[in-house]
Amino acid sequence: MSPVQASLKAGAAWRWWELALGAVALASLFLAGNHALLLKDIAITALFAVSLDLILGYAGVVSLGHAAFFGFGAYAAGLFAKHVMPDPLVGLAAAVGATAVLGLFTSILVLRGTDLTRLMVTLGVAAVLYELANKLDGLTGGADGLQGVSMGPIVTPFGRFEFDLYGRTAYAYCLLVLVLVMLVARRVVHSPFGYSLQALRDNRLRATAIGLSVNARLTVIYTLAAAVAGAAGALMAQTSGFASLDGFNFDRSADLVLIVVIGGTGYLYGGIFGAIAFKLLHELLSTWTPQYWMFWIGLFLVVLMLVGRDRFIRPWTLFKRGGGA
Amino acid sequence: MLTLLFDGIAYGMLLFVLAVGLAVTMGLMNFINLAHGAFAMAGGYTTVLLMNRLGVPFLATLPLAFLFTALLGAAFERTLYRPMYNRPHLDQVLFSIGLVFMAVTGVDYVLGSQQQMINVPEWLRGRFELGDVGIGKYRLFIIVICGLLTIALQMVLSRTRFGSRLRAAVDDPRVARGLGINVNQVFLLTFAAGSGLAGLGGALGVEVLGMDPSFPLKFMVYFLIVVSVGGTTTITGPLLAALLLGIADVFGKYYAPKLGSFIVYSLMIVILTLRPQGLFGQKVSK
Repeated sequence: MSPVQASLKAGAAWRWWELALGAVALASLFLAGNHALLLKDIAITALFAVSLDLILGYAGVVSLGHAAFFGFGAYAAGLFAKHVMPDPLVGLAAAVGATAVLGLFTSILVLRGTDLTRLMVTLGVAAVLYELANKLDGLTGGADGLQGVSMGPIVTPFGRFEFDLYGRTAYAYCLLVLVLVMLVARRVVHSPFGYSLQALRDNRLRATAIGLSVNARLTVIYTLAAAVAGAAGALMAQTSGFASLDGFNFDRSADLVLIVVIGGTGYLYGGIFGAIAFKLLHELLSTWTPQYWMFWIGLFLVVLMLVGRDRFIRPWTLFKRGGGA
Repeated sequence: MLTLLFDGIAYGMLLFVLAVGLAVTMGLMNFINLAHGAFAMAGGYTTVLLMNRLGVPFLATLPLAFLFTALLGAAFERTLYRPMYNRPHLDQVLFSIGLVFMAVTGVDYVLGSQQQMINVPEWLRGRFELGDVGIGKYRLFIIVICGLLTIALQMVLSRTRFGSRLRAAVDDPRVARGLGINVNQVFLLTFAAGSGLAGLGGALGVEVLGMDPSFPLKFMVYFLIVVSVGGTTTITGPLLAALLLGIADVFGKYYAPKLGSFIVYSLMIVILTLRPQGLFGQKVSK
């Protein structure tokens, strides 16, 4: 094996903490108790954050409209359950497929231009979908949201699992999807394709010069990320039996970027840690000061950015001069 | 019809004054500042508070709003913004969004979340007919003020020494620095003036756009549309973009109120897809 192959292999090897994280996830299924609903929220947010990390952390596409796919997935799953069939697994697959198609079409829009242009275009796509969902009230229920979505049980070879009031089934379901997506995403980012994404993130010009087709790769990863975000939205709609305009909100996209940044970009697990940290922080702040918690989130962001993201994750470099960010 | 056009132009001019500072600072420092609306809000609230609490006449509050916001902008530039210039765009976006969140909730906390009202002087109220066109006096006032400002800005940029320094710094900060231009100072002055203009725009807009703590979030997207569609290399670009946006918005709301902002956003996406540098932007090789 050549040294290059060896180093690539080493990058893809399982770390001990990854296994530990899996064990914690498994244990949380049994220990969830009353917190299953919160944990379910965290799992969905983590899934959503992982999808943003795929395009932001790996491909370097700054998006302020990722909620477009979340909301679209939620409506797709809700409508599918309402009008076609209430089976959650088929519904999930349908929603993911539909969102992937949307991602494929909108990926054309983010291929060109500067960061500002992309920011505006992604934001615009989310806004257009918001307006559409708001106006097509015959289909989506408009500002009241899509109501009356009832889900059937999850049918597996091991038995039927009904969604219960405490959200235990829902949590297990979401966690399972999250783990599966993580496995796929892990495979993708450690493949040659994943490395080529990082190459084009770091220097697009050079990536083109060594013969990578930048646009094709961006299209693929953007579509994949859209599908994952759609899955997160679908899970949200299925487990809460409700899809609303809230899914397309700008706040949701902005919060998501914050989550990914808190957790750290470009190493896949950042989304999970960020989601846990953000949700807990949110719970804490909104019970403490329900009306003004945004202020503290804002303060946190400003301080975090002034200190520097890298140094925040590695506080011991705080007092070193130069280097780093 | 023509009345609508007139309203659209007034709205567009107002948007231009609000956003031009953003266009210049973005072109100059390549800094994505989402918090620009917060400065506009500062100006708007200055006017509101001066008029309602201290009884200062409306016209006198306008320069004060400009001054106050400019000073605020200068202070922020010196302390908070400067370290962020060389950071990745993602950091800048998050940083300025953080500022917006703080501004929104901070104002909400101190002054309450209700819509703020002012009483404009008698001679600015009502409307008169010119031929078939109904003209709102306040809107005419906005057009005149903003038009004068635009001409003044264009003059400063094209005729004065500071203007040529500024243009040099926008084109290539490194070379400008090499030629002995104090680029940092140019940045500071521009940022202050840009914030001041936003504040003035906010003050003028209290009557038309309304003023409440969510102002920076509500109009952030509009400012960004003006800047990204108009491009950051010229002043005429954002001006035309702002007029286009204002007219499209007013017409859209009148003829197809059900579609809301749908038209505006779709238009923006189409324009940006076809011309990623903005309608009037030039390709920069950075």
